[in-house]
Amino acid sequence: MSALRPIIRCSRSTLKPIEVSRQGSRVTSMRGFATSLKVSEELSKTPLYDFHVENKAKMVPFAGWSMPLSYGEVGQITAHKHVRSSAGLFDVSHMLQHNFTGSTSQEFLLTLCPSSLKSLQPFTSTLSVLLNESGGIIDDTIITKHSDESFYVVTNAGRAKEDKEWIEKQLSKWNAEHEGEEQVKWETLDGYGLIALQGPKSSQVIQSLTETDLNQIKFGQSAFVDLDTGKEKVKCHIARGGYTGEDGFEISIPPANAVEMTSRIANHPDVQLIGLGARDSLRLEAGMCLYGHDLDGTVSPVEAGLSWVIGKDRRAEDSQPSFPGKSRIISELASGPSRRRVGFEITGAPAREGCKVFDSTGTKELGVITSGIPSPSLGKNIAMGYVANGSHKKGTSVMVEVRKKMREAIVRPMPFVPTKYFK
Amino acid sequence: MLSLRIARPASAIFRNALTPKSIRLSSVRFLSTRYTTDHEWVSFDSNTNIGTVGITDYAQKALGDVVFVELPGQGAEVAQGDSIGAVESVKAASDIYAPVSGIIEEINETLADQPGLLNKAPQGDGWLCKLKLSDPSEFEALLNAEAYKAHCEGN
Repeated sequence: MSALRPIIRCSRSTLKPIEVSRQGSRVTSMRGFATSLKVSEELSKTPLYDFHVENKAKMVPFAGWSMPLSYGEVGQITAHKHVRSSAGLFDVSHMLQHNFTGSTSQEFLLTLCPSSLKSLQPFTSTLSVLLNESGGIIDDTIITKHSDESFYVVTNAGRAKEDKEWIEKQLSKWNAEHEGEEQVKWETLDGYGLIALQGPKSSQVIQSLTETDLNQIKFGQSAFVDLDTGKEKVKCHIARGGYTGEDGFEISIPPANAVEMTSRIANHPDVQLIGLGARDSLRLEAGMCLYGHDLDGTVSPVEAGLSWVIGKDRRAEDSQPSFPGKSRIISELASGPSRRRVGFEITGAPAREGCKVFDSTGTKELGVITSGIPSPSLGKNIAMGYVANGSHKKGTSVMVEVRKKMREAIVRPMPFVPTKYFK
Repeated sequence: MLSLRIARPASAIFRNALTPKSIRLSSVRFLSTRYTTDHEWVSFDSNTNIGTVGITDYAQKALGDVVFVELPGQGAEVAQGDSIGAVESVKAASDIYAPVSGIIEEINETLADQPGLLNKAPQGDGWLCKLKLSDPSEFEALLNAEAYKAHCEGN
């Protein structure tokens, strides 16, 4: 486990741990882990960088970006609970926003992901995955359909390079086979602000900035809405949903207005700025995956417990277009994958990423923890990880090894904290 | 609670001020505090040969809200540098290393119910354990307050 050594090295230098939270959670073998980080790497800044610094953010490297871990003296537990009880504002501008337009956009995206985009209504979103040829997850993503010919897609900052290379390769093949209007135009919204307001008071905060009735926008839906910065009205894309399990919105703001709009929302008395630390504990309570930890290129959506993203109309052997890795995925759907992502509740010590999972006798290794925390909302140690198929049923007793000691744990359904979406 | 918190560091300074070299040499009881590069402190009582161990204020700030502390059992024999337990915040787990070799005499049971003491009073009520030193020269080789401060600022 990472000693005070790496953690402190990390926290002292703003160049260090992207994921103080994530790396800090590694276990014993990771002594000195911090030294392997790329110190000299040039970090990108979101349009809100100066805003964070003015608000006393502790900035840390995350996925190649300088991002706020926390603000001022506000601890992670306080920040976390504020989101659950009021409203918290997150800068997620580091994530990559894409637009795909052109008459064959939908058909093109169908070749990248297994979702039922055809049955998606205009201005609704779905969680999906970009798949590699062996059915592993290149990245998880939110796809929003504006029309059959126009899609807005958000992918992870930490996968920007891999995603872009993959999309570029697939798109050049596609466009070589299509002409004129049928070609797909792909742009990324660089320099745009992307913020998330999460928590039960989010909707009243955003409602105070717009004449559009937000009750018309349910969970998973989106709209272009005029939001008032106090000086002017700015058309923003707002999508209802988020990464905490709470009601909330993700708001995409044109570059010129990003700071002004964010400041306006942040100035609302119910809103606090929230950093990456609480973002991690909130998403884990909500049972949501973090790419690079709970998901990687070897994991299929079936293994990851994301079979629901595989559309019914995509599963038939002869349904067209196919998607990458379809044969593996269809076979896993039919006869079960070899491992499955599940939730755990652990007695005693919190289990962190890398802890091994054993059967209830502590002798047979079943899998590994990929994320784990002491849950601020529940006061229990929660985690997610992978276990061999067959040991995945809720209520199964297992053991998790933490600091060379076996700890009792039980397989629990996720989310750990019930979601409160506006439906 | 507040007065206690203020009183403790003050009394520590007081103790240090009262231990000039002449007294140390006379083998009269002395107490002093030294530090490790792992951001732990040890307060050593030469009369009893017992060292009290904790984490520094610098460490608690880096960790954030401490929610769980795991400590070794009483009577456990530990060697300098051994991992003897852990301090956990929501974001991370951090090993506690034995700053000196010895036998665990007592652990701070209060931390089981009130791990937050590590944030409130890391160098007071939030102490972790007491151990009987097997080799007091290990203590003498640790960092003094000045060297520890330089360590925190310098690298």
